[in-house]
Amino acid sequence: MRRRSGRPYADRVTAADEVGLLDRLRAGDEQAFVTLVRQHHPALVRLASTYVPNRDVAEEVVQEAWLGVVRGIEKFEGRSSLKTWLYRIVVNRARSAGVREHRETPADLSGPRDPSERFGSDGGWVDPPVPWTDQVDDRLTAVSLVDRLRTCLDRLPDVQRQVVTLRDIDGLTPGETCTVLGISEANQRVLLHRGRARLRGWLDVEMREG
Amino acid sequence: MRLFRRPLSRRRRALVCQQAVALVTDYLDGALSRADRDRFEAHIADCPHCRTYFEQIRTTIALTGQVRPDYLDPQAQDDLIALYRQWRAG
Repeated sequence: MRRRSGRPYADRVTAADEVGLLDRLRAGDEQAFVTLVRQHHPALVRLASTYVPNRDVAEEVVQEAWLGVVRGIEKFEGRSSLKTWLYRIVVNRARSAGVREHRETPADLSGPRDPSERFGSDGGWVDPPVPWTDQVDDRLTAVSLVDRLRTCLDRLPDVQRQVVTLRDIDGLTPGETCTVLGISEANQRVLLHRGRARLRGWLDVEMREG
Repeated sequence: MRLFRRPLSRRRRALVCQQAVALVTDYLDGALSRADRDRFEAHIADCPHCRTYFEQIRTTIALTGQVRPDYLDPQAQDDLIALYRQWRAG
């Protein structure tokens, strides 16, 4: 892969597309609804899954959210992007469903530090990172690492996974991520930092052992 | 007084690796002050370990961006369309 080419897939929808879709949805165009569902439903289910115990409940939550969207479309004023609005509706519903279903949420918002990042009393590396990014240019290696990351993401603490997913996969801005999750900018960055560091740590193990 | 203090404080404020690593996300988000950004960039230019770390974080971000959600279940799509029609009719 070319290293800097990994733009989040969801960036492809332009603002102009979005305005057109919204107008059509307001006019009751079923095809506009289907287009939105195709664009966002899988990512919304993934987001909802971080709040509720299983995929079936997540699908239900997102289904309810879609009904909320079509009912509330008249009230949507476009102050936030359509995507932020959708994600926010899903998070609100998933949170209430998560409470209903008694899903445990971790008390520690930030989660543990990555064990490969250790520093001496002088602030220098105890075990300095060994370079491996050049090997990722090999396409097969990149594909297997993306597979590995999919599994690793599920092992992140929920809040870290939510932030990393919204930022690095769904392509939301820091501000949009804060709006969707109802957290502060500072908190958002700590969670993103810890989450990315853990993912790097797992890739590091993979590259050193593999 | 200030003129004498300045070089001292600048020396004291050079980053160590642990601090540089802690600033990576803020740096990538453009959330650092100009002074901190300069200190971060100076450290990365000087320190091969932190440069390696920084490259690995950027690669991690790029690879994470390629993780796709599951494909849309056709049944889920059909259910949603049915719900939509029901709502439009209702």
